[in-house]
Amino acid sequence: MAPRCSTLFLGSTAGLALTLGGIFLHASGEVRASRPVFARKAALARQLELTDLCLFTEASYTRHPSMTDPSTPFQDAPMSLEHFPSGGLVGPPPHLVSTHGHRD
Amino acid sequence: MAIVIERHRHIIDYTLSSLLRRKGKNGALLLVYTMIVFILASVLFFTHALKREAALVLKDAPEIIVQHTLTGRYQTIPVAWGDRIGKINGVIAVRPRLWGYHYDTLLLANYTLMVPAENPPEPGSIDLGSGISRTHGANSGDMIAFVGHDGVPRMFTIRNILDSESQLLTSDLILLSEKDYRDFSGIAPDQATDLTLRVRNPREYATIAEKITRMYPDTRPIMRSEIQRTYDAVFGWRSGLMIVIFSAAALAFVIFAWDKATGLSAEERKEIGILKAIGWETSDILLMKFWEGTAISLTAFLLGIIFAYAHVFFTSSALFAPVLKGWSTLYPTFRLTPFIEFGQVATLFFLTGVPYTITTIVPSWRAATIDPDSVMR
Repeated sequence: MAPRCSTLFLGSTAGLALTLGGIFLHASGEVRASRPVFARKAALARQLELTDLCLFTEASYTRHPSMTDPSTPFQDAPMSLEHFPSGGLVGPPPHLVSTHGHRD
Repeated sequence: MAIVIERHRHIIDYTLSSLLRRKGKNGALLLVYTMIVFILASVLFFTHALKREAALVLKDAPEIIVQHTLTGRYQTIPVAWGDRIGKINGVIAVRPRLWGYHYDTLLLANYTLMVPAENPPEPGSIDLGSGISRTHGANSGDMIAFVGHDGVPRMFTIRNILDSESQLLTSDLILLSEKDYRDFSGIAPDQATDLTLRVRNPREYATIAEKITRMYPDTRPIMRSEIQRTYDAVFGWRSGLMIVIFSAAALAFVIFAWDKATGLSAEERKEIGILKAIGWETSDILLMKFWEGTAISLTAFLLGIIFAYAHVFFTSSALFAPVLKGWSTLYPTFRLTPFIEFGQVATLFFLTGVPYTITTIVPSWRAATIDPDSVMR
C-alpha cells in the first residue's frame, strides 16, 4: 500500500528540519575549531598593523575601505563617479559620514 | 489527542492531493520561493560571516591612525608630527607607518606594499602574500622583480610566503624593509604614509582624536572603533549588494502577495463551494488553506536555507564569486567560518514564511464564509 501523502510530507519536513538542526551543530563545531585560527590571524593583523580585509583589490577605496578618504570614490573630479564594480557592492564606511572635533 | 492529529492528517492528505492536481503551477511556485529564500539566506550568511570575521581578526588594529590630507586627498605625513602627537596625554606610543599600492602592469594586478611593525624582512628580501605567490608562481628563495617609482626594476629574494590560512588578510601583501620601501616608492625619509597611535584608555579615543585635529587641522584621525564598524557598514543592509537583492526579493514577495490577496481562481472557489456543500466547516477550509500555505512556505524555507548554507560555506559562495571579483586580477580564495545565529534564521522565516501563509488564508476565509450555492454558480 502506498504511504499517505501526509506521512510523506511530515517525514520529509522532519528530515529537512533535522538537517537544519545539523547545520547549527556543524556551524557551532566549525566556529569552535576555528578559534585558534582566528587567534593567529588577529596576532598577524596586530603584528602587521592591518586595518582591512583583502576582499577587493581593484581599487584603493575597496581594498582599504576603513582608510578611504571622502574624495577617492569620486576619482579625479566631483562628477567623475566611481566605476569599479566592487564600489557598487559596498556602502560608505562610517568615518566618511562623521567628523572628530571642529574641522570646518 | 489522537483524533485531533488524525483530523489534521486527513486535511493534509486532502491539501497535498489538491496541490498535486495543479502540480505545474505549485511546482513553479515552490521553485521560485526556494530560490528567493536561497538568495536572501546566502547574502545574509555571507555578509554576517564576513562581518564576524572582520570583527575577530581586526580587534587589535591600531587604536588611532592619523592621516594627513591635502585638498581632500591623503598625503604623506611628516614623521616629526608624531613627536608632538605623542605628547598628548593618554598616547602611549606613536609609530610612522609605511604602506602603499603597486600596480603590476604585467599581471594587471594591484598589490599592497607594507613595512611591518615587527620582524621586517632584511633589505633585499620580501615576504609575499599567497595570492601574489600563486599568480607569479613564485616560492620561498625565488627572486622576483617589481618596477619602482622611477621605472627601474628592483630584484628581491622571497623570504617567506605568508600563510594561506590568512589569505583574507594578506593575499595581496608584499612586506619589505623600510629602506627598500623608501627606495622603491620614492617616499622621503622624513615622511610616512600615516601614523599609528597606541592609546591606554579606549574612552579617550575621541578626546585624543579631537586634540589631534585641533593641533593639525589638515589631519584625519581614524579610530579603531570606526575600523571595526567599517565592515558592519559596508555590508549593512543599505550597501549596494544588499539593497539590490532585498529589493528584488521584496518585489517578488509583493507579486506573490498580490496574486494571493486579489482572490482565488474560479476553480479554487468552486472547490471551496463543493467542500462546504458536502459538509466541511469554514474552520476546516481555513485549516486546509493553512496547511497549503505551510506546506509550500515551510518546504521552500527549509530547502532554501539548507542550499544557502551549502553554497556559502561549502562552495565558498561560488555563485557570488563573479560579482565579488569585479575587475580584480588578484582575489583571495577563502572559506568562511559558518557564523550563523538562530535569530538570523528565525527572522528570515518570519519575513518569508509567515506573510505567505497569511496571504493564503485571508482570501480563502472570504470565499469560505459566503454561501456555497453562489460560490459554485
